[in-house]
Amino acid sequence: MTGVTLTLRQLHDGERTLEHDLLTAAERHRTDHEIHHVAIDLSRWSREHGGRLAETGRHYDLDLRGPRDHSSPGALATLRQKAAEALGRRPETGLLLLHDLCDLHLAATRNSLHWEMLAQAAQALRDERLLDLASFCHPRTLRQLRWTNTMIKQLAPQLLTSV
Amino acid sequence: MPLVSAEPLPSGSDDRPDRIDNPWGARTPYAPGTPWPARTDMHLAPGLGEGDVERWARSASLLHSNGDAMDIAVREGRIVGVRGRTTDRVNRGRLGPKDLYGWQGNNSPDRLTRPLVRENGRLAECDWPTAMDRIVTRSKELLDERGPGSIGFYTTGQLFLEEYYTLAVLSRAGLGTHHLDGNTRLCTATAGEALKQSFGSDGQPGSYEDIDHADVIALFGHNMAETQTVLWMRVLDRLEGPRPPRLVCVDPRFTQVARRADVHLAPRPGTNLALLDALLHELIRTGRIDREYIDRHTVGFEELAAAVEECTPRWASRICDVPAPAIQRAAEIIGGAERLLSTVLQGVYQSHQATAAAVQVNNLHLLRGMLGRPGCGVLQMNGQPSAENTRECGADGDLPGFRNWQNDQHVAELADIWNVTPSTIPHYGPPTHAMQMLRYAEQGSIRMLWITGTNPAVSLPELSRIRSILSQERLFVVVQDIFLTETAQMADVVLPAATWGEKTGTLTNADRTVHLSERAVDPPGQARSDLDIFLDYAARMDFRDKDGAPLIKWHDPPSAFAAWQRCSAGRPCDYTGLSYDRLRERGGIQWPCTEQAPDGTARLYADGFDFAHPDTCESFGKDLVTGASTEAVEYRSLNPDGKALIKAAEYVPPHEDASEDYPLQLITGRTVYHFHTRTKTGRAPELNAAAPDVWAEISPAEAAAQGLSDGDLVRVSTPRGAVRARLRTTALRDGVVFLPFHYGYWDTPGGWRPGDESAGRAANETTISDWDPASKQPLFKTCAARVSLVARRENRAEGAANDTAGSST
Repeated sequence: MTGVTLTLRQLHDGERTLEHDLLTAAERHRTDHEIHHVAIDLSRWSREHGGRLAETGRHYDLDLRGPRDHSSPGALATLRQKAAEALGRRPETGLLLLHDLCDLHLAATRNSLHWEMLAQAAQALRDERLLDLASFCHPRTLRQLRWTNTMIKQLAPQLLTSV
Repeated sequence: MPLVSAEPLPSGSDDRPDRIDNPWGARTPYAPGTPWPARTDMHLAPGLGEGDVERWARSASLLHSNGDAMDIAVREGRIVGVRGRTTDRVNRGRLGPKDLYGWQGNNSPDRLTRPLVRENGRLAECDWPTAMDRIVTRSKELLDERGPGSIGFYTTGQLFLEEYYTLAVLSRAGLGTHHLDGNTRLCTATAGEALKQSFGSDGQPGSYEDIDHADVIALFGHNMAETQTVLWMRVLDRLEGPRPPRLVCVDPRFTQVARRADVHLAPRPGTNLALLDALLHELIRTGRIDREYIDRHTVGFEELAAAVEECTPRWASRICDVPAPAIQRAAEIIGGAERLLSTVLQGVYQSHQATAAAVQVNNLHLLRGMLGRPGCGVLQMNGQPSAENTRECGADGDLPGFRNWQNDQHVAELADIWNVTPSTIPHYGPPTHAMQMLRYAEQGSIRMLWITGTNPAVSLPELSRIRSILSQERLFVVVQDIFLTETAQMADVVLPAATWGEKTGTLTNADRTVHLSERAVDPPGQARSDLDIFLDYAARMDFRDKDGAPLIKWHDPPSAFAAWQRCSAGRPCDYTGLSYDRLRERGGIQWPCTEQAPDGTARLYADGFDFAHPDTCESFGKDLVTGASTEAVEYRSLNPDGKALIKAAEYVPPHEDASEDYPLQLITGRTVYHFHTRTKTGRAPELNAAAPDVWAEISPAEAAAQGLSDGDLVRVSTPRGAVRARLRTTALRDGVVFLPFHYGYWDTPGGWRPGDESAGRAANETTISDWDPASKQPLFKTCAARVSLVARRENRAEGAANDTAGSST
């Protein structure tokens, strides 16, 4: 496995993980409505990135899986939703939200660094296909990062001083 | 001299008064570029003529955002009618039905006249010191135990400038809380945000006079005929005159506006952005753009061109379900305009991707170089009469004077004006928006919520949730209002307020026109002006500046106005050239009004976009999809010289769409006869009789498919709740159900909530808790619903008796 295929694989894992984590956070924080809705929107970007990575990977003899199937939410997700609705009034849910936003931010940061590496390698290799992929996906990863950062910045003063 | 045709109203033919049947009155056609002729509208109490009026007091409308100037008729210490002011630039004497009849609400016998406090679970009358002491005691306890972040204020778009400014100072510099927002969040937040995104700062670019000059008027989600009747009269008069403008209308309903339009586009709710992206695509594809203007005055064009490259009319037609040729036709009309005026309202602001879509309307004008000249304007409208003042004064989740919370220099200016240290003023993030304040109250970190002049128990989304938050034991709720609203019935303290006609102050409409509204009569009983209540609270709390002097150094409307003028100096909304005397003499004047521009300013951005300079701008911008903030350094590198910002955004599907269980899309909206939650208009006999109860609209084809017909009693339900309403079949898109949002419970046995658990009367029982990530405006026009039969209509008379002007088939 070359450095490029290793990076593609890491990115593929990273985007799939972020998609999953965004959807999990969306379920867990249903009563924080903006988090819920925007996290779902942003999960679609990671899902699309995963798909594009799998497609690109074929040109490098990589067999990366296609997107996950979300057609049925499953028992665990339903349980998380119910728990979110039941516990939504407790101040401790605020701390949990900050914790989850931090994890999302770190996961997106890891992806961003990998996109950076891929783009640099693509330039060194003059590989247009890889460069196009990174140029398309990396800006969205940065937007995911800015979103978690903005939400943390706005929510932390209230959530950390009120418990 | 323009023609003056005085038209006293017929005192009611048959059962319905003339201006209920014809809200827009008679036509006074005029040609482009000529002044709009005057027409005096007047309505007095039965049996009275102009000669019986003892005194007229100057005012402007408080029942919509148009700012129609009028005189209030006074006889024997009571308001007995209104007369439009012919000389005023806004309305030239005309009034709409809400103003002609709505003043009667002031005289209603169930006005609040004494403070109330909750004793043993019930609200009991008390005196002012008792009520204020309870609020002050609670405030001080919370400041000691939990800090200023435990106190929040939720105000309105219906007070006066002097009141908002006082509230902003006492909350931000007195208490030091970050939690102050208005219900303007529901009506005008997207207008403000879209202007900040495109021009760096809030401030309406256009002027109502642009209607006199435009050759194309495009209305985006703006049912002007019902929400701003007098402005629509102006359009109708142009349409009846020589060389009329062409109209483009975007609205899922076949409104009066749609009827007069050359092209009517009725997109699926939640898809405005896709439609606008296609219009921009067409302008660029056909070269109908002003390259020189774009190069000289804007940044970001290349990014937009790339973003909309694939957004063909055919692409949009699949998303919006609008024929591609109709989109092309609309783009041709907009692209062929020599003087383009665009207006935008709730069909965009309360729908999915609100700010992103409103910004694309600004982009149409930036691409075509059509701003700052007669007929070339954007009007990002407001929903409420003084919404503009909430924004200017920083009572709505902004800092006063359109100052930038991310700019330390701006915060230092404010601190200097208020003589406090900068750290006194919370600015570590954007001021908290209303829906987030409710969330903090739900979680228990906000423990006191002071609500002024608004009725969230009817107007916010997902009412069962709102009721459960407001009725929590741990939350201390103060309601300051003129009636015992649904919200007031849940309060711990209720303060009786004076309103329009009973107090003096200024208010500014959607095209920056400032009016003076004078006290005509005394408030009822012990009711006090909102300004007096805030000043009393500030005095009792003993708020001090950094030298130990009282923080609030004014004591009445004129001194509050003077304090605000100082705060506004040098900012886009500069009031320094105004005075009460000048407003009395001249009538409405548009800000900025300074020594250099003593007659005000008709249009912003005639010579560039100075307010967008990094040192001046109110906002560094946001990501239109995620709402993430842009930092100063990024803005500075993107826009170092202060140009207009062309911002692109990609279409994202609505968060809740039609499904098997909920096959329809639900949108809420307004009727011409009511304002907000009907607190005043529901108490005016003509208006109440015109639209006494909630109804639901679906298309005839949709009704037939579901086996329903006009007048059937139906249940409109969503995952959140349900409404029971009479069905009207009207010309709107198939697959959409419309509910007017005005109706609540104060005039039902339930009082403040549905009397019956299974279904209510307030449209917001059904709406989703979701808001635009950039403007934080709740989305009342994008959720899924189903309609089911409760009972067949019993006879014809029970059907759609009082058809709304905009929705009759």
